[in-house]
Amino acid sequence: MTSKEKGWKEISIAAVCWKPSTEFLTGDWKTYKPVRDMEKCTKCLLCTIFCPDGAIHWKPEKEDIEFDYNFCKGCGICANECPVKAIEMKLE
Amino acid sequence: MKRVAVEQKTLALNGNEAVAYAVKQSDVDVVAAYPITPQTIIVERFSEYVANGEVETAFICTESEHSALTACLAASLTGARTFTASASAGLALMHEMLFVTSGCRAPVVMAIANRALSAPINIHGDQSDTMAQRDSGWIQIYAENAQEVYDSVIQAFRIAEHPDVLLPAIVCLDGFQLSHSVENVNVLPDDVVKKFVGVRQFPTVVTHEGKMAPLKLDPENPMTMGPLAFPNYYFEFKRQQEEAMKNALRVIREVHDEYAKISGRTYGDGLLDPYFLEDAEIAIVCLGSTAGTVKTVVDELRAGGVKAGLLRMRTFRPLPVEGIKEALGYVKAVAVMDRSMSFGGFGGGVFHEVRHALYDLDKKPFVVNYIYGLGGRDTSPMQIRMIYRDLQEILAKKSVENPINYVGLRE
Repeated sequence: MTSKEKGWKEISIAAVCWKPSTEFLTGDWKTYKPVRDMEKCTKCLLCTIFCPDGAIHWKPEKEDIEFDYNFCKGCGICANECPVKAIEMKLE
Repeated sequence: MKRVAVEQKTLALNGNEAVAYAVKQSDVDVVAAYPITPQTIIVERFSEYVANGEVETAFICTESEHSALTACLAASLTGARTFTASASAGLALMHEMLFVTSGCRAPVVMAIANRALSAPINIHGDQSDTMAQRDSGWIQIYAENAQEVYDSVIQAFRIAEHPDVLLPAIVCLDGFQLSHSVENVNVLPDDVVKKFVGVRQFPTVVTHEGKMAPLKLDPENPMTMGPLAFPNYYFEFKRQQEEAMKNALRVIREVHDEYAKISGRTYGDGLLDPYFLEDAEIAIVCLGSTAGTVKTVVDELRAGGVKAGLLRMRTFRPLPVEGIKEALGYVKAVAVMDRSMSFGGFGGGVFHEVRHALYDLDKKPFVVNYIYGLGGRDTSPMQIRMIYRDLQEILAKKSVENPINYVGLRE
C-alpha cells in the first residue's frame, strides 16, 4: 500500500472508524463515469433522487447539480433514469 | 493444598455446574444461549439462578446458537460482560460469528462441553468441535477437571477483558468426562470472585468525530464498529489480533498467578502444566481430562523406574511455543495425543502444532501422534501404557515406524 496509510500499531483497534465516512473516498471503484450534456439537461433533479450513493448534489449557489466523483461508483443509474438522456457513461 | 488467605467451601459439582457457579459469581450482565448436549446443564443451572433472583443477569433465550453468539457480541460491544455456552453442532453454527466477535475485539466468554461432530450423529465427547475453530481468533483453554473448569471460567473473564488482550475466550471441558462427572469443587466466596473479576475496563479509541472515547457503544460518544475494511486496511486489523494473542500469553500467566494467590491452586504456569517432565526421556502431550489418566500411568511408570512425563497443554490458543520448546527440548521421544482428526492432514491438530514448535530445536525429539477417544470412546490406562511402551521401543530402535497411530480403534 501507499506509505501515507497508517500502520497496524497506529490505527484504532476493533476497526473503529477514526474519521467520518466522508473522508474515506470510494470514487476510485468506478470504471465508467457519468458525464452530462448541458444542452439536454432540464435540471429536473431526478438523478439526485435516484443516485444510491447521494453523489449528485444540488448546488443552490450555482442553481445546478454537481457529480461528486469522490463517491460516485459509476453504477449508471442516473444515466438510465434521466428522462431526457442527458447523462452518458464514459470510460474513465 | 497450599495455605491460602480465603476460606473456601467444597461443593459436589459436575463440570457444567462448576461453569454455571463460576458465571454466577462473575458479575455477568448478559447470558444468551441455546441448549445443546452436553452443555445444556450449564445454561439450565444458570437460568435457575436467574429465576431465583440470585443474579442480575439478563438471560436471553435465542432461536439458534448463531443468534446466541450474535446477542452476546452485541451486548459485549455496549460494554456488558457476556457469557454463552455450546458444543459440537452448536459451535459449528456459531462459526461465522466467532470471527466477527474476535474481529470486533469483544471479550465474550464461552464454555464448550467438547462433543463430536456429525455425521454419524454422536453426542459424546471429543475435541473436534473446538479444534475446528482453531483459527477463529478465540483463546482456547482446556481444563483437566471440574475444579479447573471453575477456576478457568473466572480467569477467562479477566484474560478476555484485559485491555492488552480484548479477545473472546473459550473454556473447554470434555463432554461427559467433565461436563457430567460430579467432583469435589472448592469454590471461593462470592465477594472474592466479584472483586477478582472486577469491572470491565475499556481502552480509549479515536472516534469518527475525532473524540477520544472508551471502546463501547454509547449514545454520548457515537462510534462505528464492525465497518467495511478494504484491502488497504483489513490486513492491519488482523495483525492487531495476532498481537493481542501474543499479549494473551503473558496475561494468562499473570491472571493465573494472581488467582493462585487467592485460591492456592496452580495449573503449571497457566499455559502448560508439566508432570514429571524435568528428567523425562519419554513424554505424552495432551489436552483436557485425559491428562488425569496419563498422570496415573506416569506414577506407575515412575515407581518402576521409567523416566516418563506428561505435558498437558492448558492453552491451545495462543500456542505457548517457547514453553513447548523448553518443556520438551530435553525429552527424547514424545507422543502427542489428538482427540480429533484433521482428515487428509499428517496427524491431528495438536500434533501439527507441537511438532512444528519443536522444528527449530538443534536436537529434536522423536515426535509421534496418537489419535484417540473419538465420539466418546473410552481411553484407558492400558492404552496410555501402550503409548509409553511404543515410545520406549522408538528409543531402543532409534527410529519411528508409524508416526500416526490410532488408539482404541478396531482394525
